[in-house]
Amino acid sequence: MASIEVSDLKKHYDNIKAVDGISLKVNEGEVFGLLGPNGAGKTTAIEIMEGLRERDAGDVRILGLDPWKNGYELHKKIGVIPQQFTFFEKQSPKEAIEYYATLFGVKVDPHEILREVLLEDSANNRFENLSGGQKQKMGLALSLVNSPELLFLDEPTTGLDPNARRAIWEVIRGLKAKGKTIVLTTHYLEEAQQLSDRVAIMNLGHIVAMGTADEIITQHGSGERLDICGSQQLADYIRANTDLTVEYDSVRELISIPLKERIDALAALAAAEQSKMDWGEIQTRRDSLEDVFIRLVAGSVDESGNIATSPSQGKAGIRWRRK
Amino acid sequence: MSSARRTIADLRLFGRGYLRNIVGLFFGIIFPVIIISLFGAIFAGSGGAVTIYVQNQDRGPFNLPITDIATPFINALNGTNVNGTLLNANTTWPITVQLVDPSLNFSRYLADHSASDGVMIPENFSLNYIAGQPFNITVYGNPAQSSSAIVSGVIDAVVNGFNLQRVHGTNIIQVTSATVNTEQTKYIDFLVPGLIGFSILVSPMFSMVNITSEYKKVKLFKQLSLTPLHKMEWLASKVIFYIILSVISFLFLVVVGVYGFGAHMTLTPWLIPFLILGPMLFSSLGMLVGTVTKSVETASVLGNIITFPMMFLSGTFFPIATMPAYLQNFAHVLPLFYIVEGLNNVMVYGNIPAALLDIAVTTAITVIVFVAAAKIFKWRED
Repeated sequence: MASIEVSDLKKHYDNIKAVDGISLKVNEGEVFGLLGPNGAGKTTAIEIMEGLRERDAGDVRILGLDPWKNGYELHKKIGVIPQQFTFFEKQSPKEAIEYYATLFGVKVDPHEILREVLLEDSANNRFENLSGGQKQKMGLALSLVNSPELLFLDEPTTGLDPNARRAIWEVIRGLKAKGKTIVLTTHYLEEAQQLSDRVAIMNLGHIVAMGTADEIITQHGSGERLDICGSQQLADYIRANTDLTVEYDSVRELISIPLKERIDALAALAAAEQSKMDWGEIQTRRDSLEDVFIRLVAGSVDESGNIATSPSQGKAGIRWRRK
Repeated sequence: MSSARRTIADLRLFGRGYLRNIVGLFFGIIFPVIIISLFGAIFAGSGGAVTIYVQNQDRGPFNLPITDIATPFINALNGTNVNGTLLNANTTWPITVQLVDPSLNFSRYLADHSASDGVMIPENFSLNYIAGQPFNITVYGNPAQSSSAIVSGVIDAVVNGFNLQRVHGTNIIQVTSATVNTEQTKYIDFLVPGLIGFSILVSPMFSMVNITSEYKKVKLFKQLSLTPLHKMEWLASKVIFYIILSVISFLFLVVVGVYGFGAHMTLTPWLIPFLILGPMLFSSLGMLVGTVTKSVETASVLGNIITFPMMFLSGTFFPIATMPAYLQNFAHVLPLFYIVEGLNNVMVYGNIPAALLDIAVTTAITVIVFVAAAKIFKWRED
């Protein structure tokens, strides 16, 4: 049975179509990643599913319920960490869990939940004194109080350092192992790839690709590609002297050439050799989800998830700025 | 049942947070007590004697003690009669005499000492008095000062006494003073209900404006909407909290007022409506302000615009009777006015029928504001 069924969901704010007709289905026990740059409509979509926002059009069923009309019943069955989770400053994680337990009318052992989210050490520290990662863990802890079958995690690791991010991943993997259905939004490709069974890539209110990472790569990727370490000049030379599509990453100084056929690799290498310019390591690889993501959202995405469309560098010239 | 359980859980959480925040505690409890201590101390001195400067230029004749009229006159001003006994042992004599060297320029002296009240006894005082020759004594005073009214009253009385004595007359009409109440109303009696009104206003109002706009900004309400807590339960827990806080503040103020400054007041169950309606009204009003404004900053500005005039013009620190007519009219549109007036009617004047009207007005305002706040306030966005 599908935990989530969304069909042709629409939501606009003034003139902006935040969500413009998306449809998706999330199965029980599945971790579903909603991936996209900022402004793609991820949060609007997830908040409609959580029952926090009213939709303009379309049908949404969460655990069989309409999230807006039956929000109150639905909230007893789901767990949510809103984006930038925050809590009353003067309360500790333990007190917060006890508070939520009373609100939900359930009996829980705060320490057990805190252990589950790896926050037992800070059980009695006030929220205002917790680190960013600990705050997110507390959010996770609160979302677990009512033992939900379905969890919504809206950018659970945004703004966290790599260690804290990995700790959250560990918690999410633990929840997945317990069979929880999880919907996760993120603008970190790695996160989506690491945690999700299936991914939907959103851009400008639309779902532009959906499936397992492999499916998306097969469907939208160019298959294999050849990477050559070299200069911009070399990239330009290859582009000018072959009919290949040449992408250049100026940060990594990496020339990347999608290969339609294996023979294309030889043409590219011949051109490189012919240029008499210097070039280093070469390798062929399959497209990653990142390559596909960049192609689909047609711009570069910075650390905070914002798209900055850069001047085109050839047919598919894309600059992908690394962290 | 479960609604009550959730309300209590939220009340406990909020109360715990409040106790852990020294700022809230300060404004809720300590601040009103500091104010009553300060104002009480300042105005406790208002019954003290007014100093009057007297320059005696009388030249006698001094050959016989009986012919020195100026000395008993000055003693009388000081509250002692000719025989050395107090004129009225029951009340505190309102003035003390400070003698000034006759060789000095009296008006210059008064100016130099920033003194507003003085009497100059002329050089032929005794001579003219004995001869029955009418003459003037000069009284210096400042009409703007209430002390001058006291001084001129005392001087009139003493002069009348000496005039009567001169013609060997007796007082036919005597005045017995009586006050409207059994006890005379002092400033502190008025200040206690005023400050109770003040703390009923300030704590819930400022706090609710702040938390409503702040929680909205950081999306805490949205988060709470994901729990079974209902927005009315959340509001109820805040109202209950501020009722409790107001009662605590009330007790502190009454204890300090009565035992610290000798305030007189009646404690009756008629106070209860004010201690319940007041916090309910201002919690809702604060929430309304925090809800209708877009940012924390505008909420705070609007909150101040509403709170400050109410804080000073509702008869909290001074009776509105001392204010110009247009301000008195303005005071009648301020919700706090009816609470303070009602508290005064109950605690100070024992005027329950008048208090009932205040209760009625306060109830009406509270219901309107509470319903508006509950309607406009939203957990979720659309």
